[in-house]
Amino acid sequence: MPARRDNPTARVTSNVLYLICTVASFVIVGVLILITGYLVSIGISSISLDFFTRVATGDPNDPGGMKHAIVGTLMLLGMASLVGVPVGILAGVYLSEYADDSGRLNSAVRFTADVLSGLPSIVVGIVGYELLVVPMNRLFDIKYSGYAGAAALAFIMVPIVARTTEEMLRLVPGSYREGSLGLGATKAQTILRVILPAATGSVITGVMLALARVAGETAPLLFTALGSRFLTMDPSQPFPSLTAQIYTYATGPYEKEKQMAWGGMLVLIAILFVLNMLIRYVAHRSVRKFQVS
Amino acid sequence: MTPAPTSPTSPGTAAPAAAPATEPSMSAMPLVSRPVVGIASPEQSATSFIDAIKAGKPVTSAVHPSLLKADHIVKVDDFQLWYSQNKALHGVTMGFPRSKVTAMIGPSGCGKSTLLRSINRLNDLIDGVRVAGKMTLSGDDVYAPKMDVINLRKRLGMVFQKSNPFPMSIFENVVYGLRIDGEKRKSVLADACESALRAAALWEEVKDRLKGSALGLSGGQQQRLCIARAIAAEPEVLLMDEPCSALDPIATLKIEEFIRSIAGRITVVIVTHNMQQAARVSDNTAFFYLGRLVEYGPTADIFQNPMLPETESYVTGRFG
Ligand SMILES: Nc1ncnc2c1ncn2[C@@H]1O[C@H](COP(=O)(O)OP(=O)(O)O)[C@@H](O)[C@H]1O
Ligand SMILES: [Mg+2]
Repeated sequence: MPARRDNPTARVTSNVLYLICTVASFVIVGVLILITGYLVSIGISSISLDFFTRVATGDPNDPGGMKHAIVGTLMLLGMASLVGVPVGILAGVYLSEYADDSGRLNSAVRFTADVLSGLPSIVVGIVGYELLVVPMNRLFDIKYSGYAGAAALAFIMVPIVARTTEEMLRLVPGSYREGSLGLGATKAQTILRVILPAATGSVITGVMLALARVAGETAPLLFTALGSRFLTMDPSQPFPSLTAQIYTYATGPYEKEKQMAWGGMLVLIAILFVLNMLIRYVAHRSVRKFQVS
Repeated sequence: MTPAPTSPTSPGTAAPAAAPATEPSMSAMPLVSRPVVGIASPEQSATSFIDAIKAGKPVTSAVHPSLLKADHIVKVDDFQLWYSQNKALHGVTMGFPRSKVTAMIGPSGCGKSTLLRSINRLNDLIDGVRVAGKMTLSGDDVYAPKMDVINLRKRLGMVFQKSNPFPMSIFENVVYGLRIDGEKRKSVLADACESALRAAALWEEVKDRLKGSALGLSGGQQQRLCIARAIAAEPEVLLMDEPCSALDPIATLKIEEFIRSIAGRITVVIVTHNMQQAARVSDNTAFFYLGRLVEYGPTADIFQNPMLPETESYVTGRFG
């Protein structure tokens, strides 16, 4: 048997790898701090009470506030969730509970969902324009609208919600299914009373992941909801959103409006930050639930 | 004293080999008019019994006479089951006497769980499972095409090897069976909950925290909760698959006490790998080997005076 030898190169490589990994993670954190710090330092000056309570004026010297855009984004997210969340959850339930894993149809559905969730947002925007805005214009004489914007966002949400729901339902122990069916429950009763409630926390995590993803979408909205500087509750009209308003201001010529865009970005980042904190909190709690059992 | 052999039959005539192994059907076979059971014929008796099983030859189970005339709530007749290509049950014929506790013992992999899960058709959930032969519950053909599996399972309670309380309150766990039947009356649910928990000897420990999560209970308490859940809707038969295998001795004792306390009211079929447990809780014991029923008789006889030397060497721990 050959004697074990000391290998100095292996030690050096090991230390170098450690060093590189450490540097890389510091760089990432550093960049994040840099961007956030830059955003805060520039944007904070435009955050005032007016920012949240006034709508856009159209006057470059006194642009008003972003109330219309914040309300618009929240409404778009709400309308998109109304459709995207139930459809996504149902599709996830189908994939996890009903689909025959080896079936061709189901691997096709799964593959499609994966491709769709990685679809470039400009594609969603332009396809949304062709398939939503143009026909709605012909049929109902509605051009750009909140409906079309919400539909585009829902389209992005569905595959994300479906795939996370599927993954999370698969984590629910099979013993729950056997226990429920053994008591004479139907498959639907088992899903509705045991499986989904057991995975509620994780399913909510999936929904919030999807919301975080679409809250920052711009391209799909520019081609569907367009954007607006008015506060409106009528989704059949061109609809305001934070991202569209930021885009309009940031690409425009006026200094004060550019300043508003910085403030808008700060608010958007804050919303995403809060959403991510919630995701961590809910995900942590729902993971604990299975560990106890 | 050894029970007298009843209707000894040669393997040729009693052979369940009549069922074509290549083409099993889900439909029930008619009861063949032949002696249902008997003891091994001379040429397969003694040590050659297990050799015969291993050689794939048909064997006849040794069933003690008292079990031939008992009032059976579940009857199994030449029942066979395949997992895809693998045959797990080779023509099991036996009955489970009403209101008695029947233990199923045998080395692991011999098909005890498979037979138990065939009674409530939980095996239906596994892809590639096929059955042949006949099984009845109170005279109703379990595998008849017109049998409603949901209703069948409502007539049976099942307790699993690993306790599986649902992630909901203790109360909701116990009344789950009633809830899915659409029962909404609070008093009915509360009464059922209390009596099931009392029967499972859990009431005193949880009566002040019925709204608390079931997952906060200890392992032994969780298993007794699952028992309460299984009996809350008053099943005809309680099926238990190694219910104590994950529990400590004290928790095990409580479950054994429960089984003795309901014996006489509910029929219990319990799979166990613990010989002492079978001896303590059951009225009758069935010994399985390689997917066949080897010997079936009153528990005292199986442990102290078995017909077959194979049974004796298994229960005394010499093989298995
Ligand atoms: N889900 C399954 N798929 C395929 N084969 C199985 C499955 N469950 C059990 N078996 C096989 O069937 C035989 C009997 O298993 P089982 O009934 O679990 O035995 P026991 O409960 O007596 O230990 C074993 O050979 C086992 O490998
Ligand atoms: Mg088993």
